[in-house]
Amino acid sequence: MDMQTLYLIVPLAPLVGALAAGLFGKLLGRTWSHRITIALVGVSFAASVAIFQDVMAGHVFNGTVYKWMSSGNTSFEVGFLIDRLTVMMMLVVTFVSMMVHIYTIGYMQEDPGYQRFFSYISLFTFSMLMLVMANNFMQLFFGWEAVGLVSYLLIGFWYTRPTAIYANLKAFLVNRVGDFGFLLGIGLVLMVFGTLDYQSVFNSAHLYVDDIAPIPGLSVGLLTAICILLFIGAMGKSAQFPLHVWLPDSMEGPTPISALIHAATMVTAGIFMVARMSPLFELSETALSFVMIIGAITALFMGFLGIIQNDIKRVVAYSTLSQLGYMTVALGASAYSVAVFHLMTHAFFKALLFLAAGSVIIAMHHDQDIRNMGGLRKYMPITWITSLIGSLALIGTPLFSGFYSKDSIIEAVALSHLPGAGITYVAVVLGVFVTAFYSFRMYFLVFHGEERFGKADDAHHHEHQGDHDDEEVATDHHHGLAPGQKPHETPWVVTLPLIMLAIPSVLIGFITIEPMLFGDYFREAIFIGENHHALTEMREEFHGAFGMALHSLMTLPFWLALAGAGSAWFFYMKRPDIPAAIKHRLSLIYTVLEQKYYFDRFNDWFFAGGARGASRLLWKFGDVKLIDGFFVNGSAKVVGMFSGVLRGLQTGYVYHYAFWMIIGVSALLTVRTWFE
Amino acid sequence: MIFGYPLLSVVIWLPILFGLLVLATGNDRNAQMARVIALVGAVLSFLVTIPLYTGFDRLTSDMQFVVHDEWITRFNIFYYLGVDGISVLFILLNAFFTPLVVIAGWKVIEKRVAQYMAAFLIMSGLVNGVFAALDAVLFYVFWEAMLIPMFIIIGVWGGPNRVYAAVKFFLYTLMGSLLMLVALLYLYMQSGGSFSILDFHRTPLPSLTVQVLLFIAFFMAFSVKVPMFPVHTWLPDAHVEAPTGGSVVLAAIMLKVGAYGFIRFSMPILPDASHYLAPVMIALSLIAVVYIGLVALTQADMKKLVAYSSISHMGFVTLGFFIFNEYGIEGALLQMISHGFVAGALFLCIGVLYDRVHSRQIVDYGGVANKMPVFAAFFMLFAMANSGLPGTSGFVGEFMVIMGAVKANFWYAFAAASTLIFGAAYTLWMYKRVIFGAVANDHVAHLHDIGARETLVFAILAVFVLVMGLYPLPFADIMHASVNDLLVHLNISKIPN
Repeated sequence: MDMQTLYLIVPLAPLVGALAAGLFGKLLGRTWSHRITIALVGVSFAASVAIFQDVMAGHVFNGTVYKWMSSGNTSFEVGFLIDRLTVMMMLVVTFVSMMVHIYTIGYMQEDPGYQRFFSYISLFTFSMLMLVMANNFMQLFFGWEAVGLVSYLLIGFWYTRPTAIYANLKAFLVNRVGDFGFLLGIGLVLMVFGTLDYQSVFNSAHLYVDDIAPIPGLSVGLLTAICILLFIGAMGKSAQFPLHVWLPDSMEGPTPISALIHAATMVTAGIFMVARMSPLFELSETALSFVMIIGAITALFMGFLGIIQNDIKRVVAYSTLSQLGYMTVALGASAYSVAVFHLMTHAFFKALLFLAAGSVIIAMHHDQDIRNMGGLRKYMPITWITSLIGSLALIGTPLFSGFYSKDSIIEAVALSHLPGAGITYVAVVLGVFVTAFYSFRMYFLVFHGEERFGKADDAHHHEHQGDHDDEEVATDHHHGLAPGQKPHETPWVVTLPLIMLAIPSVLIGFITIEPMLFGDYFREAIFIGENHHALTEMREEFHGAFGMALHSLMTLPFWLALAGAGSAWFFYMKRPDIPAAIKHRLSLIYTVLEQKYYFDRFNDWFFAGGARGASRLLWKFGDVKLIDGFFVNGSAKVVGMFSGVLRGLQTGYVYHYAFWMIIGVSALLTVRTWFE
Repeated sequence: MIFGYPLLSVVIWLPILFGLLVLATGNDRNAQMARVIALVGAVLSFLVTIPLYTGFDRLTSDMQFVVHDEWITRFNIFYYLGVDGISVLFILLNAFFTPLVVIAGWKVIEKRVAQYMAAFLIMSGLVNGVFAALDAVLFYVFWEAMLIPMFIIIGVWGGPNRVYAAVKFFLYTLMGSLLMLVALLYLYMQSGGSFSILDFHRTPLPSLTVQVLLFIAFFMAFSVKVPMFPVHTWLPDAHVEAPTGGSVVLAAIMLKVGAYGFIRFSMPILPDASHYLAPVMIALSLIAVVYIGLVALTQADMKKLVAYSSISHMGFVTLGFFIFNEYGIEGALLQMISHGFVAGALFLCIGVLYDRVHSRQIVDYGGVANKMPVFAAFFMLFAMANSGLPGTSGFVGEFMVIMGAVKANFWYAFAAASTLIFGAAYTLWMYKRVIFGAVANDHVAHLHDIGARETLVFAILAVFVLVMGLYPLPFADIMHASVNDLLVHLNISKIPN
């Protein structure tokens, strides 16, 4: 089989799976639906592995699949660019997707929309692969929006829940705000470069370094404008401040997709995109600074919010936001490979954490409140150990995968000289403590300490007991365990993916840091400007993965992480009265955090409310009153009035007509004599 | 006459003949026969248009399939037909929709079936005439004549307020059409006694004032049909009162006639006035996109909402025309085709709900997905296409026009691209309130999913929406030569320096 067929198989196999499960799901039944989709994602993964070997042998592919359309001298194409960056993303996407597919068998087994779910996640896999494999901006935008669509469908998967259908609309619209900028960025690229093909654009980008953007009224550098507009798209998809608001709400979707889409893959699309565009971003320091500062704000402030969440999925969601901030910071520091490296390690340990959270949720009968958990390690040992591994990786414990990527980010920021690098450094270092604190707060509350489940006496709980029909599972997510009931370890379809993800969560960083960051893995895929040498300096200091771990024991981030985990233990295991007292004392700060800095309130009031208000106003006054009321019906009235007057003249009496005739004749005569 | 017979004449008169045949079946006792004949006629009428596409020479911008016969020789009026890469697609689109409308009205229309079906067939033929006519008088005849079936459709099978809607439409159109007639007569004089539209293209018009006046006259006729802001308010009313089939044809076909007028008359005949007034046209188009997009957001009636959405999408068409580059014009033409599929499909979706619940109010629905999952899936696809999702036809035109607008002026594109947000907001918010959620009331609880007939119609449209989204090249290819020619015309000033 030649390579090009293989390239096609990678995205098309999951698409076929999606169509099969989506269109013929009823015919296939549950078992065959999941068999087919999983097998096809497996095919896609296997093909990706084969392509990986080929790419490592030095074969980069950049070619057209078909011509989408043409206009003027421009041709718009669908094509693939397969290089090392792409193939790494392909591996991550297909691998995590395959794990999530398997896990779904267990998680969704009682759901009536079983086939539909498999169809959606396969469709997502297709869309994401089209995004990462694109060799041009048009196709990138296609994948970009397609993953947004699937995300919308999946967040609203349980479409009878008001919260879910609120969240999915919100997610779609917020992403559209990002896409608005993204599309304008693409427009500028097309206008200036006359093509949307990556390679042609990158090759000639340096010619435009000193150009001013063709935006009347603004004097911004051309490349700065392009990069910032493109990055606005990334802010939507990768949930960067202030377009982050959709991600926490997206947790309304079933847990497998929180793992796949809203943690491991889709939200990293923005990071991937900026890394892909490194030849453009490297030419604009302003844009890089902007990227870095946005990332820093997201990394730190979203971390704070993780501290006060009680919903197990929301804690993980805020940690995702914060980690995406870290990746963005790395992009801003011109350490693209570090960002992508963190993207990869994060994909594994965050998917692991989410799936573990899902495993806990299954065991707790869909109670997601960590205050009702505790002591679970006795009942679900696999989930416990894998969660611990995930948490250790997340907080950057030396030797774990997250350590290598996060420590490299902090190092890169320290070496950056861009405006804003100083504050960013403070934010990311402080973020280490925060990350460790909320991660271990959750870990301790869930797996250690007193068993708090099965006590909640809520009345609605009894109503639903023994009433496990499909519709209930779909509509109510606040089940919880009955008194006296004990949680159980979940079935193998759930724990197998946990184990499979735990392995790379530990090892992948140790193995790959050297080639990815300091070797020449990304040499051809990522471009770094000559005056940005953070990575070069890091390379000089690097003495093997093990040495890096040893060295870190003497650095600030390590101790901050330790302090974070330690204080979580102290506050939530040893002295649980202290957090309560703090909450009481600092109620103002607590409220601000609880209200998520009032972003949602503001958006609902200002943007959503404002748009609705403007809509009613424009409609009532513009269309109804002014155009219709005044002009249209008004002119009809005027015509009616005139005809009324004229009708008045047509009395039918001869002497009236004779009278008017005389007046007319005398008037004409008067005029005539006057002129003479 | 490539095929040895006047193909365009067949395309125009075959549906009209079938329409008369359907009328001949008489009253509702023969309703089934009327339906069958109408369907056969509509399908045949579509099939005869296919050679227009397959036999079309893409390399030339000349008129093709030309028919040139004498008609009223005394005034140099000819029965002159022909298509180029711009008009041919609209004939295909129009012919494509007629069978769909017939199938969609199959069971729903129970009274005066023959007249209903006949009106659509006759209208289809007349609209083909509008797109094929190359003689201005012939064009004018078809232009006015096609309104009659539409009036009848709204007036007879329409809703309770149909008289107001019809009168409003009449008031709007009458003045514009008359001014167009005056403009055509003036051009007749100027061209030395020709009514050929192609001669008009070459007619010297050295005074900018004259060009501007003519432009305004044409504008009055065409802008109402598009409709452009601020002469758009007849459309929501007409849609609300029209039966489903009427709305489908109105949105899919009728609106295209106005935009077609700009590209066939105003722009090539009046290049200087077009450039001179382009800022106004662009401003009106952007108002349509933004203002109407906002207005659509809070409409309570689904048909009104989609009607406003149509106006907003047609704003993209006029925007694309008047930025004078390939991306813009080709994008606008593609947007016209796509809007035909998408708006037609959305009106059919609303029709499906209306047939069952007899309400178009959003508040009367909620949780329809629980009862009609297949319908909900189709509706989702069309809603996404309406939001301009890549991979659907709705994306292609919007994307190209935005790309063209960036070229013209970044801020045009900025305003136009806001549709990414507003378009998604009004469409998906409606979708959410109608389709998602728990079953809202008894009416919804008793809904039954779409049957084979409805599924067929939606499936055909879905295929086209996706094909055009994933592979628009065949749609764009055919128009290149003609669009290039138009751009050349636009760049040759008729005013001597």
